[in-house]
Amino acid sequence: MMAEVQPDIEYQAHLAEGHFMIQRGIASGVHHFYPRAIEPGTGRALEWVEASGKGKVHSVTVISRKPPLEPYNVVLVDLAEGPRMMSRVDGIDPAAIRIGMAVTARIVEEDERQFVVFVPAEEA
Amino acid sequence: MSAKDLRGRTAFVGAATFGCGEAPGYTAIELAAEAGRRAVDDAGLKLSDIDGLFICLPNDFLSGLTIAEYFGIHPKMTNNSRTGGSAFLTHAEWAMLALDAGLIDYALICYGSNQRTGAGKLVSAQAPSPFEFPYRPNNPVASYALAASRHMHQYGTTSEQLASVAVAARQWANLNPEAFKQGSLSVEDVLATRLVADPLHVADCCLVTDGAAAVVLTRADRAKDARKTPVSLLGAASATWHTEIAQLADLTITAARESGERAFAQAGLTPKDIDVVELYDAFTINTILFLEDLGFCPKGEGGRFVSSGAIGPGGSLPVNTNGGGLSFCHPGMYGLFTLVEAIRQLRGEAGERQIAGAKLALAHGNGGTLSSQATCILGVPETV
Repeated sequence: MMAEVQPDIEYQAHLAEGHFMIQRGIASGVHHFYPRAIEPGTGRALEWVEASGKGKVHSVTVISRKPPLEPYNVVLVDLAEGPRMMSRVDGIDPAAIRIGMAVTARIVEEDERQFVVFVPAEEA
Repeated sequence: MSAKDLRGRTAFVGAATFGCGEAPGYTAIELAAEAGRRAVDDAGLKLSDIDGLFICLPNDFLSGLTIAEYFGIHPKMTNNSRTGGSAFLTHAEWAMLALDAGLIDYALICYGSNQRTGAGKLVSAQAPSPFEFPYRPNNPVASYALAASRHMHQYGTTSEQLASVAVAARQWANLNPEAFKQGSLSVEDVLATRLVADPLHVADCCLVTDGAAAVVLTRADRAKDARKTPVSLLGAASATWHTEIAQLADLTITAARESGERAFAQAGLTPKDIDVVELYDAFTINTILFLEDLGFCPKGEGGRFVSSGAIGPGGSLPVNTNGGGLSFCHPGMYGLFTLVEAIRQLRGEAGERQIAGAKLALAHGNGGTLSSQATCILGVPETV
């Protein structure tokens, strides 16, 4: 039987249409990220649901680069639905990003590929 | 049969390093082969005695085939399974099983890398993740930095405490003539190096060197005939929890907790029994995390423990007595060097850095981004 979801392609297609979709176990009700063909832990079926876009910074690092290149941040964000993802926070000095900070998802496009970044929640 | 039945059934009878630091002109396979030959010599064996071959090379996914052909031997068992830098301790676990089952008689575990003089940077075999690469984490350091940030947030661990890990490693390296980095190093010196990925500085990161290592493992009955006093394998266990750092539930608790518990249970020992500890210190946070997860200090206390002077020369718990990946050598997959140093300490071969009367040693490997963990507990013959 063919897999009922083709997670990578579908995830990217949703992003291209402006929707940040994550997966939920149909039986378990547990949310998951990154997209998978089967539910981790149970192997059961998953469905797509739109993420609220709300999250909190779980951890942060600022990557230094040789000047004049600017430093940039890499964060882990705990989504309100439960899963954690790697991302970055835009619209803020990297040194000002704090663990626990509330953030909101934005879809951006670079190199003809859409992906999810976050901005501080109060600016959303 | 239970895992405990494997306690002391196998022993290391050969150990060698080669080309640590810079080995210009050598390829990875040449370095691995030379270390392998030296370990076989050290065991008083011939290459043709080896019937189990375990290896990882930086960028050869069929390195088991390559090294068998290179040695000109026909092993009954060839294994180049990869779990990152922990692979060689996992190899020891599998070799232990195969030896005990009588499938093989002599296992050679070997590794070599010319990443410093060949590539000038870490050579990684890991495919970039589509859910990481848009954010340009300069892995592996970014993932370890995220874990370090979290440890600081949860337990108040400081940059100074992280730096004290590098200082202790350097103090040990200064006693090891084979160590690549020597000279004085203070906490202030570490903090004065460039930040790579906050909170980790250059001196919080392992070296980029060449180097090779090899060990020979056999059954206890055959080990008695070895050239040198055999070093028994009392416990070996592995655990894998994730590959990407985002998938580790608590960034301050690694699968070392699980591999350590199982290895100690197999050995019938506790952390208090261990005389010398060799941990995979790819970054200073590793030493803190693994000391906690393996039970040498409570969770969250690792920063205070390492900054107390406990892990350096003269301290209560000697850790990374060769200088570790931070100051001895780090050719990309350091795990096998933890085993070699544990064996040298238990044989009394460690020169100026020798821990007097060391009878029990723990070697611990880490792979990926805190992803795979493997623990081996070794002992002198009277501990079996």
